[in-house]
Amino acid sequence: MIKARVTVTLKNGVLDPQGKAIEGALGALGFDGVGHVRQGKVFDIEIDSADKAKAEADLKAMCEKLLANTVIENYTISLA
Amino acid sequence: MKSAVVQLPGLNRDRDMIAALTKISGKAPVTVWQTETEIPDVDLIVIPGGFSYGDYLRCGAIAARMPVMQAIREKAEKGVKVLGVCNGFQILLEAGMLPGALMRNASLKFVCREVKLEVANAETAFTRAYAQGQVLRCPVAHHDGNYFADAETLKAMEDQGQVVFRYAEGTNPNGSMNDIAGVINAKGNVLGMMPHPENLIEAAHGGSDGRGLFASALDVIAA
Repeated sequence: MIKARVTVTLKNGVLDPQGKAIEGALGALGFDGVGHVRQGKVFDIEIDSADKAKAEADLKAMCEKLLANTVIENYTISLA
Repeated sequence: MKSAVVQLPGLNRDRDMIAALTKISGKAPVTVWQTETEIPDVDLIVIPGGFSYGDYLRCGAIAARMPVMQAIREKAEKGVKVLGVCNGFQILLEAGMLPGALMRNASLKFVCREVKLEVANAETAFTRAYAQGQVLRCPVAHHDGNYFADAETLKAMEDQGQVVFRYAEGTNPNGSMNDIAGVINAKGNVLGMMPHPENLIEAAHGGSDGRGLFASALDVIAA
């Protein structure tokens, strides 16, 4: 069993209204020195295989086809 | 002209759309379920609004990968007109049939109100019943209508007249780039828009500014 974590974040230059609101809320809670906040998504995916290379290729395809909208988002894949 | 309305779990504006198409063309549209791989011979395919798949992952993301979308893509390539309204617009973008993406509203709030819409291109198959620059009333109801495209794509779209509707008179409800409310593909047969023209087609709605869009697309413009 391979355990993978996919992280999807907004590309630089894409406005992130939710990140902005979180940034404001952190400031309102009294946390000083908080710079820009950008929010994203994390997917923990189990793959029933021992073939890491294939899993990585499959995960990349999953990101391109569904998990990320590559018009606005980047993704990174890490295997446990 | 014949039309079809696509149905997916979570879409909730399909009945309004069916009513609008029936009233304006005099013929009820056929309905097409998400798992269908063939679409009957029609002139216009409409993907209505709602919350397909609960807006999970991203609005329209899961719907865009359903079998019916491949069938719609093939029809569009053959020149059949496709209209996506609200969630339908989000689905067309997620399916890659239109350029750009729709982000969370800049206010982070769901907006449900009437806006002013400028017809930015009256020479499309969907807008020829209107005059260039005409300002329409139209309702919006969405949480993710904040249109985004990279600078290069945006410029190309503006240059080619692919921006069809803009929020006018300071009524942009979502922070959309260039006040974009609706865009068309380069070929001119796939239109996506956030506002709901199907909800402003008769006196009972308080106005009929949305009627021209369906009259254009269904070729029933009064002489």
